[in-house]
Amino acid sequence: MTPEKRKDLLKQGAIWGFIVLELAFFSIAGQFLSVTDTVFLSVDNMLLLLQQSAPIGIIALGMTIVMINGNIDLSVGATFALAAIVMLDSMTWPFMQALGDWAIPLSWCFALLTGVVLGAINGLIVWKTGVDAFIVTLGSMLGFRGLVFAYNGEQPTSHLNWTLIDFAEAQFLGLNTASWFLLGAALLLWLLMTRTVHGRNAYAIGNNRDAAVNAGIKVGPHFLWNFMLIGFLAALSGIVFSSGTGSVNPNDGMLYELWAITAVVLGGTKLAGGYGSIVSTLGGVIAIQLLRKGLGYVGAGTETVNLVIGLILIAVLFLDRQLNRKGKEELKT
Amino acid sequence: MTDQSSVLRLEGVVKTFPGVRALDGVSFDLRPGEVHALMGENGAGKSTLMKVLGGIYDPDEGQIHVAGEPVEITSPMQAKARGVVFIHQELSLADELSVAENIWLGELPLKSFGRVDWGKLYADTDAILKTLNVSFDARTRVGDLSIANQQMVEIARALTVDPRAVIFDEPTASLTDAEKVVLFKVIADLQSRGVGIIYISHRMEEIFKITDRISVLRDGQYRGTLNTAETDEEAVTQLMIGRKLDLSRNESHHEMGDIALEVRGLSCGHLFRDVSFTVRRGEVVGFYGLVGAGRTEIAETIFGLRDPSEGQILLGGQEVRIHSPIEAIARGISLVPEDRKGQGLVLGMNCRDNMTLPQVDDLTAGPFVSDGAEISIFDQYRDKLDIRTPGWRQTVGNLSGGNQQKIVIGKWLSMRPEVLIVDEPTRGIDVGSKSEIHNLIRDLAAQGYAVIVISSEMPEVLHVSDRIVAMFSGRVMRTFTSDEVTEDSLIQAISGLQSDKVA
Repeated sequence: MTPEKRKDLLKQGAIWGFIVLELAFFSIAGQFLSVTDTVFLSVDNMLLLLQQSAPIGIIALGMTIVMINGNIDLSVGATFALAAIVMLDSMTWPFMQALGDWAIPLSWCFALLTGVVLGAINGLIVWKTGVDAFIVTLGSMLGFRGLVFAYNGEQPTSHLNWTLIDFAEAQFLGLNTASWFLLGAALLLWLLMTRTVHGRNAYAIGNNRDAAVNAGIKVGPHFLWNFMLIGFLAALSGIVFSSGTGSVNPNDGMLYELWAITAVVLGGTKLAGGYGSIVSTLGGVIAIQLLRKGLGYVGAGTETVNLVIGLILIAVLFLDRQLNRKGKEELKT
Repeated sequence: MTDQSSVLRLEGVVKTFPGVRALDGVSFDLRPGEVHALMGENGAGKSTLMKVLGGIYDPDEGQIHVAGEPVEITSPMQAKARGVVFIHQELSLADELSVAENIWLGELPLKSFGRVDWGKLYADTDAILKTLNVSFDARTRVGDLSIANQQMVEIARALTVDPRAVIFDEPTASLTDAEKVVLFKVIADLQSRGVGIIYISHRMEEIFKITDRISVLRDGQYRGTLNTAETDEEAVTQLMIGRKLDLSRNESHHEMGDIALEVRGLSCGHLFRDVSFTVRRGEVVGFYGLVGAGRTEIAETIFGLRDPSEGQILLGGQEVRIHSPIEAIARGISLVPEDRKGQGLVLGMNCRDNMTLPQVDDLTAGPFVSDGAEISIFDQYRDKLDIRTPGWRQTVGNLSGGNQQKIVIGKWLSMRPEVLIVDEPTRGIDVGSKSEIHNLIRDLAAQGYAVIVISSEMPEVLHVSDRIVAMFSGRVMRTFTSDEVTEDSLIQAISGLQSDKVA
């Protein structure tokens, strides 16, 4: 094995090693500190963990693609909430109620369409104006959240449909619906990024945009597609979340963009673009959820959880920098 | 000859930018199976011409013909589809991707559903790489390759299509001699297939070795085409710069003082090894070598930007360890960096603030920066260095290259250094200002500064140096005095040819 390959393997495997470390730590620490009698490392608990990581996880998958592309999307939390509202509200429309349970797939289509349209707005602005995606989506984050509040004021939007809730709670082969969505999306996006020309071009654009332009890759439309994709995924995440609860608050989804970015970065994707992987992001998502659950299990409060996650994120990036240093020959900055 | 069809013909191409006529009625034709050199000084319009050909710029006037048909090229892809392929000088590679993906960037082979046909991709790539006789394969990550091998990847891109015309922009800048041989074989092979080749290079010996005709641009204008076999370097140079190349040596010698800086056996990883030299007060030592020979890295090490792995640096006879630029400045070392705009200046700031940047900490009156002290420093060096600017409020980005460089030099002189290192002092500076900068460097030495000049231009090192250190691949090959140096011996030394005969 060449040193490069070994380094590559180390980079890709690091997040999974971290997950194993977490599992071991919480299993052992739980013996002494646990506030409950249940075992941490049980199948049920792990399945629950997967289910709980689905909403942010699905968004983080999309974020991976946008970030590999060299962009970022801060508006996903607002898209998430707006899509959920559209789905729940559309089911109360008279013609939808007349359709009975067929209203469910139609309402999903409306919600997903909302996500795609919002993503397309971001993508078009980034493409046509050339303004940095960070600024564009910072603006649309505020704007889309405004739309959320415009819809129903401060009131939560809710609609109970038992068929929908049954579907959301259903299990298939031991896995919950939400988990299936997460894993399914991960599989499809992994195929997209590793097997298709669109995916490979996304890496090329993020890695060296001039080279991509010189090679005739249409960078603008490419951005547009990826923003539409992350909009779609944010909406999908909204659907998965609100199908189970039947209700959505106008503040739901706030800070999701930051949690998603945290998971993506933990997974090793470069903030500057050009490097990253869907599978590692899945690892990042699970690692964060594990940390939250595990710290809760040993009796730590939310404030400790956030503090620890923050510290770990910085430590990971520091380690990554050390690994990538060229030793003494490197130019000091 | 005239009725021979051309693969690529430009007629009266004009391209203007605000304030500049970058291309002024350039005509040019490329015949099948010929290697056609395109020459000109920096800023003569070569790269603009290439960007017009590649569809990155739209010409304002003029016509491009490919294989006799008038065409309009609006994108690099379209150029490639018409058989016009570019090998760029700056590596335009994505270093996280594999060699194969880089070579086929923008046109990966497809299967159903937009999937990449990896099997075909790797097979095709390996076939191309085999003809180039390189040591890496299609799956290698480009970031893991050396610069020279990355250049080979760039060259491999030309071989993915059946090209009519291939444009090489300074392809040998980072290649070793062995790799050059491979490149020239590739060019000869393309030539025998009837492909027209445009070869942009500054290296006369290559031009005369492989090209059939030479076209020269100067200040955006077409100056003429020569048959390589019927001309010589002098004639080409004259066409390029409008006068004869000044290869005169530095004649003025003045009293030299003690040794200001001595370096013994300095090494830094694989960047450079076992470098030793001395610089006296009042002396200009020129460092000459190809790009990547380690000259800039030595300067950066002396300036504390890199940590040496071995060796000693002695200042005024005492060994010092310099860990940061702050220490270097405190010990009287100043570095005028290679990239003036990127490393030397804050372009958006005014002249005065740029000049006092390293010492602004000391120029205070109470808690505030003392305006008066700053302005007096600026005035002093503006007069001393003859900096032409409407006033200190002028933003540095608006000054000409020569004046910008003087601001950087003034900035460091105001720190009263003992050793001044100047890296590529005249890069991108017009001819008139060049000689001013050269005179300035000589003057500084005469005033007792120890000066190191790093340059890639032979006339420049010959002109300003008292002694010349020739470097090749991280090693000092030879040290010449200005009396003994000849162009031939200098070129041999920087090409890594050991010559035992004393020139």
